[in-house]
Amino acid sequence: MTRWTRNLILAASLTTLPACASTPAQRGRMVFQQVCSACHGMEHVTYGDMGSLGLSPDEIRKWAADQQMPNGTDDNGDPKTRPATATDPILSPYPNEAMGRLANHGLLPPDLSRLALTLPGGAEEIRQILLSYAPTPAGVTLDEGRYYNTALKWKHIGMPPPLQDGMLTYPDGTPATSAQMAGDVSAFLDGIAHPHQAERRRIGVYVLAYLALMALLTFLLQRRIWKGHR
Amino acid sequence: MTSPLKTPDTDPPGWLERRLPVMSLLRRQYVAFPMPRNLNALWSFGAFLIVTMAFMIASGLFLAINYTPDITQAFASVEAIDRQIPSGWFIRSLHMGGVTMLFACLYIHIGRSLWYGSYKAPRELLWLTGLGLMLMVMVTAFAGYVLPWGQMSYWGATVILNAVHAIPLIGQPLSELLLGGDTLGNVALHRLFVLHFTMAFAILGVIALHIAALHVVKSNNPSGIDPVSPSQTLPFHPYYTSRDGFALCLFLMVYAGLVFFLPDLLTLADNYVQANPLVTPRDIRPEWYFAPFYAILRAVPSRLGGLLLASGSLAVLFVLPWLDRSPIRPATRRPMVRLSLPLAFAAFILLGIAGMHAPTPAWLLVSRVAMAWWFIHFLLVMPLTSEREMSS
Repeated sequence: MTRWTRNLILAASLTTLPACASTPAQRGRMVFQQVCSACHGMEHVTYGDMGSLGLSPDEIRKWAADQQMPNGTDDNGDPKTRPATATDPILSPYPNEAMGRLANHGLLPPDLSRLALTLPGGAEEIRQILLSYAPTPAGVTLDEGRYYNTALKWKHIGMPPPLQDGMLTYPDGTPATSAQMAGDVSAFLDGIAHPHQAERRRIGVYVLAYLALMALLTFLLQRRIWKGHR
Repeated sequence: MTSPLKTPDTDPPGWLERRLPVMSLLRRQYVAFPMPRNLNALWSFGAFLIVTMAFMIASGLFLAINYTPDITQAFASVEAIDRQIPSGWFIRSLHMGGVTMLFACLYIHIGRSLWYGSYKAPRELLWLTGLGLMLMVMVTAFAGYVLPWGQMSYWGATVILNAVHAIPLIGQPLSELLLGGDTLGNVALHRLFVLHFTMAFAILGVIALHIAALHVVKSNNPSGIDPVSPSQTLPFHPYYTSRDGFALCLFLMVYAGLVFFLPDLLTLADNYVQANPLVTPRDIRPEWYFAPFYAILRAVPSRLGGLLLASGSLAVLFVLPWLDRSPIRPATRRPMVRLSLPLAFAAFILLGIAGMHAPTPAWLLVSRVAMAWWFIHFLLVMPLTSEREMSS
């Protein structure tokens, strides 16, 4: 199959995606929701933003309603909470930084809003980290709450190995292996770190096509006007 | 029916003309205005600059509507523009892409003036207002870059404000005026926001002066010899309006390519980490358009010396019309300048590349050699060859 036909089929499949099939980013969103969000938040991303990943308004509302948002204090001065709505940010499960550090041996699980952009290796680095856990070799002693991981310069990380084969079930039947989930969640985080990327490129094609047409017309116009004057 | 712009001067003046003769002014300055026949594509960059400025002001107004100049909310408000505000991602990219396009065009526009000697009599004021515009754009870009309150915003501003602090006499009061306190914080962010917003409109005013000066002394041209007879000129419209129109379409394609397909090129990824005064980034890098001056700052071991040489590299441009006394305008007709000026351009580009790299001994050496050539060209080659290259 030539590259052209393959790209054509790929492009066609993107526009007419069957309801049950899913993109890596959509599956990655499931991984985030069921695994990562136990410790990580995306404080600049709202539940509503997930609409761009194909989540229906009902699914968004349901997900948000399961989460609690701080909501001032009651008459006794005790903190109150309320169910989140679609416009609320996807906060870290820890109410503050101190609690987050307390629960993780002094390290704070980073916010994931822009992680795939700010890590030098991007989304691929996230995938590598998720797949590079190994048993601590003999002779290496790690502090409590540190895990051996070959993807990092110092060979350890504060995050316990988060993925296990078959820990969740993808509705589209894709086998949930660790490698599959790591690839999916890094694709998801890449999309989160580059908001509106698909729309940006789609509009960009139209803008460039329009400008190219205008360039052609203005080129012909100026050539006609300048005829005999050069 | 004839367009009001086309009414010949002999017609009796109309209602508007008798009260405010704007139509005849526009006709004189933008329709019948005599332009040299031999301008090349480099003369379109002024038009690109005007259009980019218009994009910057329009997109900037929409950004300002959604931005919060408060250190606790600035970063989140910019994230909200990128994510939740409808079309916010587009407006912000247009603004960030605009900075790159503005500086690229500015440097090419200035390079063209240097190559074709457009700074020489009688165009000194045109040159000076243009350089003034460049300085104003630099101040505005610096203030604007602090606003998203990312790591590079914070630490870049810290480097610059420390440098300002090193200026003798005025340095300390000036940096205190900008900071409004001991450290870069809420007061400074608010002041820089107001500075950024105000400067944008001040720039519009100076652009008006720059264009007014251009319309008095008229455009230079690649031959460097001003047209003497009407047969050597063509009216601005339709000749240059059509040509600039075509050039603008090509320019906008490059701009759109950045905005829609390469938005990550427009800023450093580190600036998507919120400012943290306790964590210094591994290397503090400026945006590409400040890199040449940053390279000079770093190439000099003394802070004050670096500052003097960095500002001196711009100051030599201001006095250039008096350093270069040769009446011959284009470098193409000056054998020495023809060799020396491209090297000065190369030095500027090398300084830019050096400024984007970590200051290893090799890059420091490159910076120093390039910086030396920049000053040699303007302070030695230009004055010393003026006498020799008096006529061709």
